Amino acid sequence: MTTTTADKITPIIGMEIHVELDTATKMFCRCRNRFGDPPNTNVCPVCLGLPGALPVMNRQAVEFSMKAGLALGCTVSAFSKWDRKSYYYPDLPKNYQISQYDLPLNVGGAIEVPLADGQVKRVGIIRAHLEEDAGKNLHDDPTSTKVDLNRAGTPLLEIVSQPDMHSAEEAGAYGRAMQRLVRWLSVSQANMQMGHMRFEPNINLHIEREGALYKTPIVEVKNLNSFRSLERCVEFEIQRQYAQWRQDPNYTLEKLGKENRGFDDVTGKTVFQREKEEAHDYRYFPDPDLMPVVVDEAWSGRIAAQIGELPLPRRARYMQQYALSFKEADALTQDAPSGNLLDEAVAAGATAKRVTNLLLGRIAATANERGCCLAEVGITAGQLAELAKMMDAGTVSASAADRVLVEMIEKGGEPLTTAKALNLLAVTDTAQLEAWVDQAITANPEIVAQIRAGDKKADKARGFLMGQIMKLSAGKAPPAQAKAMLERKLIG
Amino acid sequence: MSDSIDKKLVRHVAKLARISMSDAQATAMGSQLGAILSYFDKLKELDTEKVEPMAHPLDFTNVLADDQLGASLSCEQALANAPQRDECFFLVPKVIGDSQ
Repeated sequence: MTTTTADKITPIIGMEIHVELDTATKMFCRCRNRFGDPPNTNVCPVCLGLPGALPVMNRQAVEFSMKAGLALGCTVSAFSKWDRKSYYYPDLPKNYQISQYDLPLNVGGAIEVPLADGQVKRVGIIRAHLEEDAGKNLHDDPTSTKVDLNRAGTPLLEIVSQPDMHSAEEAGAYGRAMQRLVRWLSVSQANMQMGHMRFEPNINLHIEREGALYKTPIVEVKNLNSFRSLERCVEFEIQRQYAQWRQDPNYTLEKLGKENRGFDDVTGKTVFQREKEEAHDYRYFPDPDLMPVVVDEAWSGRIAAQIGELPLPRRARYMQQYALSFKEADALTQDAPSGNLLDEAVAAGATAKRVTNLLLGRIAATANERGCCLAEVGITAGQLAELAKMMDAGTVSASAADRVLVEMIEKGGEPLTTAKALNLLAVTDTAQLEAWVDQAITANPEIVAQIRAGDKKADKARGFLMGQIMKLSAGKAPPAQAKAMLERKLIG
Repeated sequence: MSDSIDKKLVRHVAKLARISMSDAQATAMGSQLGAILSYFDKLKELDTEKVEPMAHPLDFTNVLADDQLGASLSCEQALANAPQRDECFFLVPKVIGDSQ
């Protein structure tokens, strides 16, 4: 950032995140909660706001919210209630949104946010309350707006952070950490393309100049639906607010308070949004149709028991218990099922390092192609363990194991039967092995000479000969035996 | 204690409720609402210092339903009373953006 030499700038960033919960049905009716169905087919008198319809709270939505809250270290309120937030909009058929105003389900808490440099940043959570999503307005027609109410009444967890972030990178990392957590807990699919997660950052700057502290107005940006938009938007605002304050000394929090701006994905800029008249006159009051929720220790204890190990403790454990590198441990803790594969394969007797290599090699490559997580590739922990043990025993070489894995991913089947069918089991016939070793030696006299002369490149030369043996054997030479035989012949 | 509320406030409340109102109606509404509010002023005289706020007049809590799929309407049924439609969408005058 271009600053005048004396200015010290600290961006102050807080965030609201809306997370759609992955319940089968909506929050107050038993219509299907699903993205992408034909318009107005998952609707009923309750979510259409027809007169006389009565909402009944979805137990699963309450429990998913508790689970997320507990994983964030929040206190689950012993008593929480439902309030109406009144405003008129075509996507809100009741003309009020059911939300939680003064007694939210979860209060207080924090999340550990891993940063790109390996550091962990703690971001405080003020509250996480449950509310209903609105429907969807479509604006493709120039003269009217089309309304689809399938989304109306979808359970939404609103997570409000402390203003603990200080850069676009931290804001993005916070969003990603939250996505990973809610997926980890299976409370949301958190698919950005399907609008399962939306970000509303609020951003201002603390500027120190000549011993005085200046604060710019707090800018809130609504409805960002990608990490890229979030990071670009925050970065843009930091630059813009500083430039504007330098131009106009009255551009301060004291003079202007808060302002709403919208982010334009095409230009990468935010634009001022005139306050809707009376926008904040929501006239909250308790919803008479819904009973309060009382959570005792037994109930919250049952939910807490479902949480299990969280991503960062698991990452640390993998580095300690399995001696994985930071990068490996991090890659295996992006989602819970992938790490479960590792843990279960190790429990079945495989070595962690081998299983990790299998997971982060061919399986990760396949997952990447398919855009899914490692566990969704379809190889089970039992199969991983068997293949890893076959490698340890020298039954298959690393390259043969890879071909077995490719075959299993494409066509299914078990490691041993697949290796047999593909004729990839290591050859234990010594005569055959000797033939391959001899052939590699005879075909490469100058390489052999280098090794025998104790050349600087001897190690590389040995590796080359091993490669030749594996090639000649089509991956069927057991590496340890082949290596030992090669060494004997090189000396002899 | 006010007997009538300000016409400006009446207009504000009417606007929030999307009700259009003639000048005469606004004047009448001002005095009627004023009478209702003065009754609340009367209630305010009570000392509620030691009274717990009430979230609901009934004593029930945790009225919750299982997350089991139930019946929905067809889009034909849902749109049966819609003043305007475009295939299976409700059609309304042009608005900008989403509410959330």
